[in-house]
Amino acid sequence: MALMRTMVALLLLVIAFGAAAGGIELREFDDPVMEKRYHDLTASMRCPLCENQAINDSDAPISGDMRERVYQLLQDGQSDIEIVNHMVQRFGEYILYNPRLESRTYLLWGLPIALVLLGALVVVLMIRARRNASAKALSAEERQRIDALINRKRSS
Amino acid sequence: MKRRLLLLLLPVCFLGLALFFFQGLSLDPSQRDSALMAREFPAFEATTLRDKNQRVDQSLLQGDVTLVNVWGEWCPACKQEMPQLLELADQDIRMVGVNYRDTREKGMEFLSEFGDPFEVNIFDPEGELGFDLGVYGAPETFLVDADGVIRYHHKGYVSPQDVRERILPEVEKWR
Repeated sequence: MALMRTMVALLLLVIAFGAAAGGIELREFDDPVMEKRYHDLTASMRCPLCENQAINDSDAPISGDMRERVYQLLQDGQSDIEIVNHMVQRFGEYILYNPRLESRTYLLWGLPIALVLLGALVVVLMIRARRNASAKALSAEERQRIDALINRKRSS
Repeated sequence: MKRRLLLLLLPVCFLGLALFFFQGLSLDPSQRDSALMAREFPAFEATTLRDKNQRVDQSLLQGDVTLVNVWGEWCPACKQEMPQLLELADQDIRMVGVNYRDTREKGMEFLSEFGDPFEVNIFDPEGELGFDLGVYGAPETFLVDADGVIRYHHKGYVSPQDVRERILPEVEKWR
């Protein structure tokens, strides 16, 4: 029982520290729409230093700087596209979780569609082949031979 | 015959994808070019590390091929690469430092302890110039040509091998 209590206490401590280490600032917004834009923007940009975290989820100093910049640019009245461009100009396309459609990313966006179309084509071809096979009529000679085989089985 | 071809299609697709992913997944995502490559050095206005009354701006980087090194006293790799930077300065390469997210006191201490290869140090305590340069962790080194255009970017520690095989050839190329 004592062990259990210690473990629960430890667990709570870990959770508390985890929350404190999150280090995500509290920001004031006059406008709920702007707040939503802030959350969407910071969730859609990848931290340049830590490969698999969005900047709203990362403790890296650069992520803090980027959140601050997003906030400032929002206060300045810039549009989402302007803010995204501002960041991409400095940190590259790499930071976008949704890469933009351009000549370099055609393969990336096109491959899944191409594969689905290819799959559909294979299915259509297979169905057609099967239908053709079953629709093919037997010649008179083949029919006679089948009849003979069936009759032989019955009579034996 | 047609059927054979159709059957062949799937393994070919599979192999193609496997090769594609094998190549893609063995790339190192931290090795990527700076977004500022072949663009002008960002406009800035700052003071220098040594003198809070001396103002400098982007015109500082015009006229000569310059290596711009972003460093801070708090950054261990910056200390390790100092001997290499001193060697580069000895070879008559113009060096400009960006003292990034640091204090004047600590920056000056660093230079007196580890040596000073820089003609001048741009003082950037808030990391504003660093942000415009897309710096996300010191040290980073940029090669700026005589027209003030960024021509090469080295992320992280500069080893003696990097000096010989990358930095020096790039400096020669743009001189």
